[in-house]
Amino acid sequence: MSKTVISVENLSKSYRLGQIGTGTLSRDLNVWWAKARGKPNPLLKIGQVEHGNQDGEMIWALKDVSFQVEQGEVLGIIGRNGAGKSTLLKILSRVTAPTSGEVKVKGRIASLLEVGTGFHPELTGRENIYLNGAILGMTKEEVQRKFDEIVSFAEIEKFIDTPVKRYSSGMYVRLAFAVAAHLEADILLVDEVLAVGDAQFQRKCLGKMGDVASKEGRTVLFVSHNMAAVEGLCSKAIVLSQGSLLTLSEVHESIKFYYKTDERKLNISLRERNDRQGEGNIRATEIHIIDKTGQKTNFISMGDSFTVEIRVQGALRSGIVGVLIGNQFKSQLIRGYTWENLTESVSVKGKSVLKCHFEDFPLINGTYYIHIWIAEREGNYNRLEDYVENAATLEINAVDVYGNGRILDSKTCVAFCRTKWEIYSENS
Amino acid sequence: MADIKQRDVTRAEHGKNGIQNTIMTEIIEQEIETKMAEAPENWDMIIKPQRRLLDLHLGDLWRYRDLVMLFVRRDVVSVYKQTILGPLWYLIQPLLTTITFTVIFGSIAKLPTDSLPQFLFYMSGTVIWTYFAECLTKTSNTFVNNANLFGKVYFPRLAVPVSILISNLITFAIQFGLFLVFMGYFALRGFAFQPNLWTLLTPVLVLMMAGLGLGFGIVISSLTTKYRDLRFLVQFGIQLIMYATPVIYPLSSIPERFQVLIKLNPMTPIVEAFRYAYLGAGSFNLMQLLYSFGFMVIIVMVGVVIFNRVEATFMDTV
Repeated sequence: MSKTVISVENLSKSYRLGQIGTGTLSRDLNVWWAKARGKPNPLLKIGQVEHGNQDGEMIWALKDVSFQVEQGEVLGIIGRNGAGKSTLLKILSRVTAPTSGEVKVKGRIASLLEVGTGFHPELTGRENIYLNGAILGMTKEEVQRKFDEIVSFAEIEKFIDTPVKRYSSGMYVRLAFAVAAHLEADILLVDEVLAVGDAQFQRKCLGKMGDVASKEGRTVLFVSHNMAAVEGLCSKAIVLSQGSLLTLSEVHESIKFYYKTDERKLNISLRERNDRQGEGNIRATEIHIIDKTGQKTNFISMGDSFTVEIRVQGALRSGIVGVLIGNQFKSQLIRGYTWENLTESVSVKGKSVLKCHFEDFPLINGTYYIHIWIAEREGNYNRLEDYVENAATLEINAVDVYGNGRILDSKTCVAFCRTKWEIYSENS
Repeated sequence: MADIKQRDVTRAEHGKNGIQNTIMTEIIEQEIETKMAEAPENWDMIIKPQRRLLDLHLGDLWRYRDLVMLFVRRDVVSVYKQTILGPLWYLIQPLLTTITFTVIFGSIAKLPTDSLPQFLFYMSGTVIWTYFAECLTKTSNTFVNNANLFGKVYFPRLAVPVSILISNLITFAIQFGLFLVFMGYFALRGFAFQPNLWTLLTPVLVLMMAGLGLGFGIVISSLTTKYRDLRFLVQFGIQLIMYATPVIYPLSSIPERFQVLIKLNPMTPIVEAFRYAYLGAGSFNLMQLLYSFGFMVIIVMVGVVIFNRVEATFMDTV
């Protein structure tokens, strides 16, 4: 029988934008003194009217969010940056108070927000385990009981009496996660801790978190941008966008929903872009990514084929068109150039559509940027006509390429191709 | 700018309503179910917007007592790590201050000392004052120094200032021990002190100093989340107040008409009571000590209430 352990009811949180108060005591006193004598606020500009909430706009980091979590559930919280995920966790972990609404909780909440917070560099690993445990809400006896387990999970037996400032960053992270993961809390809040540490340890952490929920019956709220991790760990997920809860459903449904809601932004017109280079006799006006089913999307699964469709306006006599796909480190990882593919140069006039087909895209999951490059061939050199950087974003999703539940992703390599193994014995 | 925001909000609103209606009915159904299943809902914790004024969560502080002690341990252990003299610094600091005071105020300025040996007079003042001043300055930085930690995880915020009082108490005990050693030395040299029964009041006096330091400290720390000016004020303010306290001069040396002012300072009766109890000289008055005690109780209460209000939302302003 499942029972509700967290009940979030109409939770809202607003922040005031801009400067809060006037910033210095003397000016606040000045305003206060003027008000006390019934005079207008001396710091207001002439003609400005005093508002109830003074200057600064209000922004709703969370707005009317309601949901419930049952015991033993692993709930994913997904959304873009600024969607309100972290604010939600901060309210749940009581770091900050909500503006309205309430949260009812059964059992003890502990947060595993950011690794290593509260570690003191001068203290030894042993001392820090006790200190960090206590900060996270454990008593001394509880830490004592779990001590050996923590140390062996973190794999730092040899260095337990060394000050943590001499630790490698990996050891540091392992220790911090180990302490938090062994908390005797009924509800665990986890925010992007897995972005650190080596791949092997990350897997161990994910495994541990899975155990925490399934074997120990504890409830986990998990915030992450890593959809593969959310998919692997969570049973349900909520999608937040601009402070509002969009959906709460099975994890696959939610992830699908999350990707879909993003499509609204895809039909960005390139016409408004003025940060482009080149002569401008021809301009790219639209760009779309079209998946193998013919849908416009930004999300492509690893290894799938897709088409980049560019609409242009203007004339090109004998030119070259290129679609460049890069990431934050390198602007060209993969490129499709008419120069390399076609024997003839491109010649268009007026409005035209150019499609570049990418077969079995080999890059690993992650975010990639598509740049458009158009040039006119002038004798032996290229005259740049139009260059649009980051014309579109391409999100490659991690998938279970071989269908065996083992996910190949960006922690292990940068690109892939379908591999096959043959194993046979040579003993005569 | 405002227009764009407005549009975004309306869009979010539209998006939400359509989808959420179905979810809401689901949730409501669920809610009814759970309410049917276990009629009296007993939640362990309810997170609400703003606490009532006197909802102080002092019970939480008690549950986190292990954390307070670990903070104390951290402060004591880490301060003198990677220093050559280590804990000896606990003794060197008051000694050097006392010597300086003895030379400047005793030998050069020739301030009176209630006919006590100058060295002992200044040392008693220094040791006592240091405890109060340290409690005040360190607790006044609570929010600003711990913003990082406070932003990540909840524990009763009062654990930090309380742990500061305790770790400073250890310093005070060591330094006061040093004072007693010098007292013994001067007694052997033939100075006649009259330590009296008022020495039994020592724990109360220490508590009062801790209370005053804590009270002022947390009021200031709560205000510094908004006004950083106060941090600078504290630094030299504490020095100025020292001169308004009979640390380097006895109360009796102040002209009658100014004495009222000095007596308004709640630290005055404490310093005088210490000197009277241990060295048998000074103007000690029980009524004044009671005034000081009352002052301490009020400032602690005010401080805890303000602190409590600030801790709920300080992450948004700091």
